[in-house]
Amino acid sequence: MAASKGLKILVGCKRVIDYAVKVRVKPDRSGVVTEGVKHSMNPFDEIAVEEAVRMKEKKLAGEAVAISVGPPQSQETLRTALAMGIDRAIHVEIPLAQLEKLQPIHVSKLLAKVCESEKPDLVILGKQAIDDDCNQTGQMLAALLDWPQATFASKIEPSQTIDVSVPAVVTSDLRLNEPRYATLPNIMKAKKKPLAKMSPDQLGVDLQPRQEVISVEDPPVRKAGAKVESVEDLVGKLREKGLVK
Amino acid sequence: MYSVQVLKKLNVLKSFIQVNSSIPRLTSRYAATASTAESSKDAKSNEASDSFVLNLFSGRVNTKQLTPFPSVLDSDQRSTLAGMVEPVDKFFQEVNNADKNDALETIEPNTLTGLAEMGAFGLQVPIEYGGLGLSNTQYARLVEVVGAYDLGVGIALGAHQSIGFKGITLYGTHEQKQKYLPDLASGKKFAAYCLTEPSSGSDAGSVQTRAVLSPCGKHYKMNGSKLWISNGGIADVMTVFAKTEVKDEATGAAKDKVTAFIVERGFGGVSSGPPEKKMGIKCSNTAALYFEDTEIPVENVLGGVGNGFKVAMNVLNNGRFGMAAALSGTMRLCIAKASEHAAGRTQFGAKISSYGAIQEKLARMAAKHYATESMAYLVSGLMDSGVAEFQAEAAISKVYGSEAAWYCADEAIQILGGMGYMRETGLERVMRDLRIFRIFEGTNDILRLFFTLLGVQYAGKQLQQLAKSPLSNPSALVSMGFRKMGLGSVASPDTGALLERLHPELKASGELLGQTAGHLGQAVQDIVVKHKKGVIERQHELNRLAEGAMHAYAMAAALSRADQSLRAGAASAEYETRLVHYLCNESADWIQYNLGQLKSNRTQTSIELSKDISKTVCDNGGVVQVNPLGL
Repeated sequence: MAASKGLKILVGCKRVIDYAVKVRVKPDRSGVVTEGVKHSMNPFDEIAVEEAVRMKEKKLAGEAVAISVGPPQSQETLRTALAMGIDRAIHVEIPLAQLEKLQPIHVSKLLAKVCESEKPDLVILGKQAIDDDCNQTGQMLAALLDWPQATFASKIEPSQTIDVSVPAVVTSDLRLNEPRYATLPNIMKAKKKPLAKMSPDQLGVDLQPRQEVISVEDPPVRKAGAKVESVEDLVGKLREKGLVK
Repeated sequence: MYSVQVLKKLNVLKSFIQVNSSIPRLTSRYAATASTAESSKDAKSNEASDSFVLNLFSGRVNTKQLTPFPSVLDSDQRSTLAGMVEPVDKFFQEVNNADKNDALETIEPNTLTGLAEMGAFGLQVPIEYGGLGLSNTQYARLVEVVGAYDLGVGIALGAHQSIGFKGITLYGTHEQKQKYLPDLASGKKFAAYCLTEPSSGSDAGSVQTRAVLSPCGKHYKMNGSKLWISNGGIADVMTVFAKTEVKDEATGAAKDKVTAFIVERGFGGVSSGPPEKKMGIKCSNTAALYFEDTEIPVENVLGGVGNGFKVAMNVLNNGRFGMAAALSGTMRLCIAKASEHAAGRTQFGAKISSYGAIQEKLARMAAKHYATESMAYLVSGLMDSGVAEFQAEAAISKVYGSEAAWYCADEAIQILGGMGYMRETGLERVMRDLRIFRIFEGTNDILRLFFTLLGVQYAGKQLQQLAKSPLSNPSALVSMGFRKMGLGSVASPDTGALLERLHPELKASGELLGQTAGHLGQAVQDIVVKHKKGVIERQHELNRLAEGAMHAYAMAAALSRADQSLRAGAASAEYETRLVHYLCNESADWIQYNLGQLKSNRTQTSIELSKDISKTVCDNGGVVQVNPLGL
């Protein structure tokens, strides 16, 4: 990759239920309530976007492209990324019916297909999404592309001894950076940036679910514990509960 | 029977004619803090208006500017707005610290910088002058966010753009806009609206600051002082209203008229006093301004010499919808805190939300919020649709909204009990911030009289029109019902058009609104017949008519909005229908009480007594009696 041009970065953004929302389980136990609930960009993805924009500002990267796999509303998430400074966006639209069954394996396959045509030098993804906490997409993508991976990155910088050679997949961790706010003037400008739409069929990826959700439940109410005075008491209590022979 | 009817109707006509000759003078006096330029124009024009509120005073329900609820955002504007709400919300949650701002009595510097970067200082400035070019409705939605988090910042922003330099946006020449708007939109410079003086508050036509044209005719020299100006201590660009001598076109005689000027602090002779210590909105700078021989180039006259009053009123009228929008946000927060607490707090073995006393408070809060929110977007929607006459509706939204917000904050504190009183809960600051909203930008007391007299005047105009028509001979007047005379009445409430347009679920409440309109129209007639010209001075009575009109508009706005929700199949439509039903019942009761008082002898006696008591207390400098002990 010609150093003068800078790296081409692909950043993944997922639209998730906002971190501040009190999540409620649906009455039929099939999942959580999403309708009418506030959604926003996955916080780890915001950090990924911010990192890509900073690399552009430092002239390490020449182009930053954001991609989101999700429902029509994912466009809003992409617009936020554009407003933060990303150059253009790609939306792989998933019909609502298939959305609930979408797994990291599918997403990573879709991303891999896009990487084939876009040929980025660096893919930055959030380490995990706060809705499913899977922490798999980055790793799976690297495996599919047979690229090196650097997960839970708390710092990204070029060095003489290249620890990870590009092209590579990096997943961002919390302390990597502090994302900027999308300002209103930048939001207006973002409207003019390109946003391309794609479908899974176009990319030739099969979205057959590999897993079935049996039921979703609230975490059990925390039971009170008991305090013990000595080690002997502790061992005694553990034996009582059959936890120790 | 025949002749009594004729006499009755002629009496009504005569009374209105008498009253109407006095109203324009009075409304333009009150308009000082209230309305638009065109009020004096309308006094002369005999055109019928489609304003819902004005028609209410004739007992009519005119639905043209009511329903369907205005839908003024195209898909592009909608998506732009949708993208903006979250960043603004996030900023106020994570960067702005309302408590810090309140404690420091200033907006934290990095917050101010962040707001400027956000583009928050030029939301409605046209894009070509460096702003975001938002419509009124888009502005309302963003201001709703600010209102929920920090009214102090809301006022700092509003004083700057909603009134501070609005005059330039509305009346400025291209050169003036080009010169001033870019720096104002970017937040590089702040603006202030300078009207109030020590001896000139509600009576704004009496300003004493003076601007004299130089002999060379190239500049004005300004002397005077302004009081309690928001952003007064930090503004570089000020819209100042001062008396100037103008030549009467007809007679050639010299007379004083108010002119609006764009004054830069750098013109010299401009100084400001220290920040005033206030009850609330502490982070918003409020200061006195002094002008000593300040030289203003003639190019900085705004809106034409002698037109200052018009400019002043129009600017205030134009920004008024923003208040109802901001206050909707504030109420939303208060209700969230109150309901969260009520649902979680257990006393006497049950959640306090199960107790009737608490239920009544929460329901009232929810209803008042819904009405205010509906009014805010109804008015902004009308403005964006190009309706020119919205001054009565805007005035009502300000009065209703500010009083509804006060109620919500007050009762939210009550529901939280001792916790509500504690600073850390955040409600006491909101309450302190809210108090000023009933006072500034047109005191609620003046605005009540203003929109009521506008309505009474309009009812009169309609009658006068009919009187002029060739049909106006006694027998014709008799054969026409009151409705055809332009006045609805108890006998014939005018609800046809309304019921046709409303969703069937809202029919009962729609009928209630129609009846209310009829009652109001009748009350207007009765009071004018009784007091004739003197009705202008009858503030006790006018205030009761005002309550009628205000709460009827609340019902109407809520009905229109619920209708929209029902038709759109919104998830909350069922809840909204019940809420509107509740609001209309409560409002109708209140209106009936007020209008009933107008016919009551006991109330009449009370009014006379209150005048006497008030005079005695004033003469005495306080209450007259010593305590029961006589010591």
